[in-house]
Formats: sequence, C-alpha cells, structure tokens
Amino acid sequence: MSKLYGIGAQFDSAASLLAAAEKVREAGYRRWDTHSPFPVHGIEQSLGMQRSFVSAIGLLGGIGGFIGILALILYTSKINYPLVVQGKPYFSLAATFPIMFEVTIIASAFITVGGVFLFCLLPRLYHPVFNWDKFARATDDAFFVVIDAGDPLFDEALTAKFLSELGGKNVELIEE
Amino acid sequence: MNEEVTTFGPARGNVMERKPLIANSRSAKWITAHTVGLIEGKPLRIWWILLTISSALALFLPLELTYLVSTGVGIWGSNNTVAWAWDITNFVWWVGIAHAGTAISAIFFLTRQKWTNAINRIAEAMTIFAIGCAGVFPAFHVGRVWMVWFLNPAPYYNDIWQNFKSPLFWDVFAVTAYLTVSALFWYYGMIPDLASVRDKVSGKVRKIAYGIAALGWRGSGRHWFYYEKGYVLLAGICSALVFSVCGIVSMDFATSVIPGWHTTIFPMYFGVGAVYGGFAMLFILIIPTRHFFKLHDLITEKHIDNMCKVTIIMSLCIGYIYLMEYFTAYYSGNPYEWWLVFFNRSTPSGAPYWWCFWIMVSFNAIVPQILWFKAVRRNTLFLFFLMFIPSIGMWYERFVIIVTGIQRDYLPSSWHYFVPTINDVLLYIGTIGFFFTAFLLFLRFLPIFNMVEVKNTLPEANPHHDANHEAKGGSHE
Repeated sequence: MSKLYGIGAQFDSAASLLAAAEKVREAGYRRWDTHSPFPVHGIEQSLGMQRSFVSAIGLLGGIGGFIGILALILYTSKINYPLVVQGKPYFSLAATFPIMFEVTIIASAFITVGGVFLFCLLPRLYHPVFNWDKFARATDDAFFVVIDAGDPLFDEALTAKFLSELGGKNVELIEE
Repeated sequence: MNEEVTTFGPARGNVMERKPLIANSRSAKWITAHTVGLIEGKPLRIWWILLTISSALALFLPLELTYLVSTGVGIWGSNNTVAWAWDITNFVWWVGIAHAGTAISAIFFLTRQKWTNAINRIAEAMTIFAIGCAGVFPAFHVGRVWMVWFLNPAPYYNDIWQNFKSPLFWDVFAVTAYLTVSALFWYYGMIPDLASVRDKVSGKVRKIAYGIAALGWRGSGRHWFYYEKGYVLLAGICSALVFSVCGIVSMDFATSVIPGWHTTIFPMYFGVGAVYGGFAMLFILIIPTRHFFKLHDLITEKHIDNMCKVTIIMSLCIGYIYLMEYFTAYYSGNPYEWWLVFFNRSTPSGAPYWWCFWIMVSFNAIVPQILWFKAVRRNTLFLFFLMFIPSIGMWYERFVIIVTGIQRDYLPSSWHYFVPTINDVLLYIGTIGFFFTAFLLFLRFLPIFNMVEVKNTLPEANPHHDANHEAKGGSHE
C-alpha cells in the first residue's frame, strides 16, 4: 500500500475540468487522465487522443461477418451437400441476403464492443484510483484529474502545487 | 447554444420559451441519488403487489410449455388450414413491441432527439423482454422443440445442412441477431451507470455484483473517447437492424404466394405497426413507473407529450397503409387479392372474422386521433387506459393478417374456421406475465435511467459556450 500511484485533484464542473486539462497538457505532462461522470467533449484533445480506430474495427467486423457467412452458405449449400429444394438454385444471393445481413450486423456489433474494451483495457476490476476515497463521486457529479507518478515531470510537491493552482480541490496522493 | 442541449427541440432565438428536459433544475447528484435510490430503497408496496400478480401469471408459461411439449401442438387451436394462428400472431406482436425500444434508443439517438435520453433505458428493457417473449412461440411451434438445435449451422450425423433460402430460417437469424445485439447495446449503455450504482450502493454483496457488472469502469477521459465512438456505431448498427428484423419477419408472409400475404408493402407495414404498437406498450410501462416512483422531474409532461405525437404520426402511417393495401388489391386487378383483402377480410357476409378487421382499423387508425387534443395528452391516467386500445388493435392487426389470410384458400372444401383453445390463451397470458415480471425486476435491480445521457443534458455538462462547439457537430462527435 505504500507505493505511490499518483496525485489526484477534484474539480466542480465540466468547464473547470476542461480548462484544467488544457493546462496540464500545456505543462507537458503525458501520463495522466481525467475522470468524469459523463463524457466532457474537447477533453480528448488535451489527453492527446488521435483518431480512434473503433469505427475501422467495426467495419472490419462487419466485412468479416459477411464473408464468413457467405463462405458458410456457399460451402454448405453448394460444395459440401448440394441439395435441390423446391427446384431452386443451390445458391442465390437474393434469397440468402437477409441472413448475410443479420450476421454482418451481429459480427460488427460484437467486434465493435470488443474493440472498445480492447482500447480501454477493460474489464479491469481493480485500479489504484479506486483506493482514493473521494473517487466514488467520479461516477456521480465530480470531475477528477489524476497525474501518474510515472510521468517524467512528476514531482510530489510541485505537481500537487500545480494542481491546486489550477483550481483543484482535495489534491491528494493516491497509493497503489 | 446552451439551450439546444437542455431543452426540447432546437433553440430558435427567444421566440418561444422552451421547456427544460429536466424539471426543477435537478443536479447530477440528485439524478444519481434518485436512480440509485430506486435500487437501494425499500421496494414499494405496489411493486410487490404487481410482482406477485405478474409472476403468478408468468407461471402459466412453464406450465403451458410443459403441457405443450408433453402432448403436442394439437393442444392449440391451430388446424390444417389455419396452421399459423395465435402463436405466430403473438410472435409478431411481441417482436413489434420490441421495435419501439430500439427506435428510441438508436434512431432517436442518432437524430439527436435528446428528450429520449430519459426513457431510452426503459424502452430498451422493454425491447429485450419482448423479444424474449416473442422467441418462445416460433421455438415451440416447430413441434419437436428438443430438435430446435438443428437450426444451428453445425454439421450433423447425416450431413444435411440448413436451407438458407428459407424465409423461416431468415427469421431465426433476424430474431437471434435482434436479441443479442439489442441486449449488447443495452448492457453497453448501462456500463457507466452500473459503475454509478457500484459507487453508491451499500452492502458488500451488492457492491461486488454491480462492480463485476460495471467491468471496472472509472469514467476515464480516454475511455469515454472510445466508448462514445462505440456507442454511436452501435446505435447506427441497431438502426439498420431494427428495420431489417420487422422486414424479415414480414417476409415470412410476403414471400409466400397466398393472397393478402404476397404484398411488397409488408416490410414497411410491419415496421410502422411495430413502432406504433411498441410506443403504446411503452406508455403502459412508463406512466405507472413515473407515477409510483415519482419520476416527474426526469420524465416530464413534455416527454409524454412527445411520445403522444410520435404515436399520432405512426397511427396516421398505419391508416395510410390500410388504405394502400385496399388500393393495391383493387389496382392489381387480381381477383383473388381483391376477394381476400376486401370480401374475405372486412365484410360480414364474406368473412367470419370481419369484426377483427374493423377492430384493427378503428383501434389503430381512428381512436388514437384523439391524441390531437392537448387535454388528452396531458391526462396521464386517461392515456394509460387509452394506450391499451392500440396495443389490442396491433394484436388484432397481426391476427387479421395471419388468420384471415389463410382460413379460406382457393378450395372451399378446405376452408376452416379458427377457434383458439384455452391453451392458446394461457400461453399468451404466460408471456405477458413473464414480460411484466422481468420489467418489474429491471425496475428494482438495474439503473432505469441512462444517467450518463441525462446528466449530459444538464446545462453545467456543456463546457462549451461558443460557436466552436457547434462547428464540431454537437455533443456526440
């Protein structure tokens, strides 16, 4: 319990969090994060987020699902056991399209969600920020900036002072 | 700018005062406390009473299914001519009810109808439980339900595969996709709210349970970035899904060569009817929930009013489609089509179920026009009882399509009248009981508001007060 994880500061509003995040970014910190009960738009620039690949993953999932089910239908009804049903052709794109569409949807949806979890590194039931008693309000109505002790610019006294100057309340050390 | 986020509809200067989405300027703290309070607090007596009634009714479901499996599909009123009757009617009815939930949570989300944030969780819950009820009927209608696993494309001992060209097999995929994807969407949207519950709730067991369900969500700015992208994508996927599902269910009928079923209007017909019937059911769920749990600040009068307006539009669409069906039958010049759609459905001399047709038309297209009156839209008690009429009307619509479509075919010798048995009725009641039991348990154990989205509509949630924000495309970019 003695190892230091970082320093956290609490902010009262989305606007003050956004302003503080910009300052933290300008000060040159790299390993830090914000926590808010709802997404605060504009903060992703301060956090240095680039274009996300979630949509690309969703698209790939959809394409994969489409090709997968197309292959399954072709293999089963044309190659493995061709069977004439009601005098119809073994394979018809129009007649099998509804199934391909639905499987595309399922694959795309699940792979999108899987991709988001992968990017977020979730599920992760334990995280050092949960050790901070103030942190329960991060899912309620408070906003937090947490600067990681591993950041090259991190200094216990200076970082704490910096966060207080930004208007952060309850600037406290968070232990691992 | 600020007003766009916090009020109903876009702000157009100060021409008219717009009602806030959240009444009495409640704070984020209040929203969390109130939503978690529903889980933490002592359950209301009315909740226990309703749960007792609905779970008692739900008992009919296992009882009837046991009787059905042990005896055979013959316990239903379905016969050789009317092979699809109550079961498929109930199936289509339940699937239809499901559609309103997805329409609200996906389509209205993408079109930035921010007022739906307060009701989308409830609507999605309705979706999932309704699909669950719907799935019972086709699964057991196959007759030998223990062979239902044959629907999986897995190689069998005799190496025969599924017929992927069969519309009934499309149905399997459509309903499976709908159930899994909307459950995923529901859960995905709930993760941050489950984290709110985890951080507020007392008791070790509950903390651990909600903690596991929340997957360790901590509201990180990085996570929100990916999460929101994923949410928009899922909403888009679900929007495409919702119309494909009712479309595919309608193709069970439309791809057949039976007059009255073989119609290209069916996918649209089923889709509109689905959203309409679902909205009616949503009223039945939301009005008592709002009243007994005192949710008037989050589900305001204006929310109910907007739902009424959607219902009117859908009702008008339904009326148009009824007329169009008549017109198409007449204009096609096909005597069988006209004979069925006009003579065999709606005239007392020609159709044994003519009264069902007129119930369908009057309940769906005519009665809801009363919603044009503001006094009606304001009277929630009256609305609660009124909305049973579209729900019943939609059930009759499915019944009219299915049973009157097949009870009289080309050979008068094979005409057969359909009479439901007590088992048809009890199984249906069983699914209704299951639906309301599941919904009541949802009200008790899960966050019934999308707290994240609701908090997002608070004025203080918007950190931007300049035109720059609008240029970036609103709050879900």
